[in-house]
Amino acid sequence: MGKADRVSMVNTDSEVRSLDEMSVNESRLRHNWYHNLKYVAAGIIFGIVLVKAEIISWFRIQEMFRFESFHMYGVIGSAVAVGALSVLAIKVLGIRTIYGEEITFHPRPFSKGQVYGGLLFGLGWAMTGACPGPLYAQIGAGATVTVITVLSAICGTYVYGLLRERLPH
Amino acid sequence: MNLIEDFRGPWPWYVAGPLIGLAIPALLIMGNKAFGISSSLRHVCAACIPAKVPYFSYDWRKEVWNLFFVAGVLLGGLIAGTLLADPDPVQIAPSLAAYLAQFGVTDLSEMVPLDLFNWESLLTLRGLLLIVVGGFLVGFGTRYAGGCTSGHSIMGLATLQWPSLVATIAFMVGGFAMTNLILPFILNLK
Repeated sequence: MGKADRVSMVNTDSEVRSLDEMSVNESRLRHNWYHNLKYVAAGIIFGIVLVKAEIISWFRIQEMFRFESFHMYGVIGSAVAVGALSVLAIKVLGIRTIYGEEITFHPRPFSKGQVYGGLLFGLGWAMTGACPGPLYAQIGAGATVTVITVLSAICGTYVYGLLRERLPH
Repeated sequence: MNLIEDFRGPWPWYVAGPLIGLAIPALLIMGNKAFGISSSLRHVCAACIPAKVPYFSYDWRKEVWNLFFVAGVLLGGLIAGTLLADPDPVQIAPSLAAYLAQFGVTDLSEMVPLDLFNWESLLTLRGLLLIVVGGFLVGFGTRYAGGCTSGHSIMGLATLQWPSLVATIAFMVGGFAMTNLILPFILNLK
């Protein structure tokens, strides 16, 4: 299959691998579009939490990087703890999806991109005061100029796509 | 202690963090989806820009759940910013407020500081750097790193993947460097 060839050519990227694996293990179920509305519902709850806990606040991000508040460390730390316990429960109890499919996990291979890209993202995170989730929530919460931030982020993603063969991974 | 008051005020980390952590099992059980946000930026490129770039040559329709999810995040922001809005100014450490006042950042009425992020500020070097260059770095950096705070720092760490720990440390180092070393120069620009 053409897609698999293309993926094997550029397998330095964990995401292409995961996309590839997803299509290899792809669900045979075919859903109508409205089955995606459950992801909208999950997103709404996530978005409300991001705003109500002030995770979309530029000030909170500066406090985190200036060690002036425990808030963001508490949020991320407790999210990881609850997430890890949930994943453990899914594995131990053999929990399946609501469609009865097996839940699968895909290891992320190491790449130098996690260092170089991570540093670049960190710079942008402290400038915009938002990682990608909060960017979307900021727009919803009324910070309309964040539309420009997101468009610029899409440009950044596109430029990465153009340059990635020439970047160290 | 009024429950409604508690709901409107800023939620503490021990409420918000566990709720965010529950996004992981929710998405897995809904359809075997790995929690992550920044890949949505890639799917937008794949969907909107028809070009022969290998990185964007995949069937984005198979990942469309992610675009529905981020649409929900935007709607959630809208609901929280209107129906559940908190009338009080944002919470901010006094030392940060004093520090930012040196740079003329004194409006604490919104979580996205109006002194820095507004349509007029796009015409200033300071605003252009923070909004346009900052946004570009978020989009470029997250894809280069293969994930953002959601995909690496929460999903990756919760599934005990050490490359995600490397990415998270890099995010934090970049953030410390920007806030403490570079941002003062940017905030001084007018």
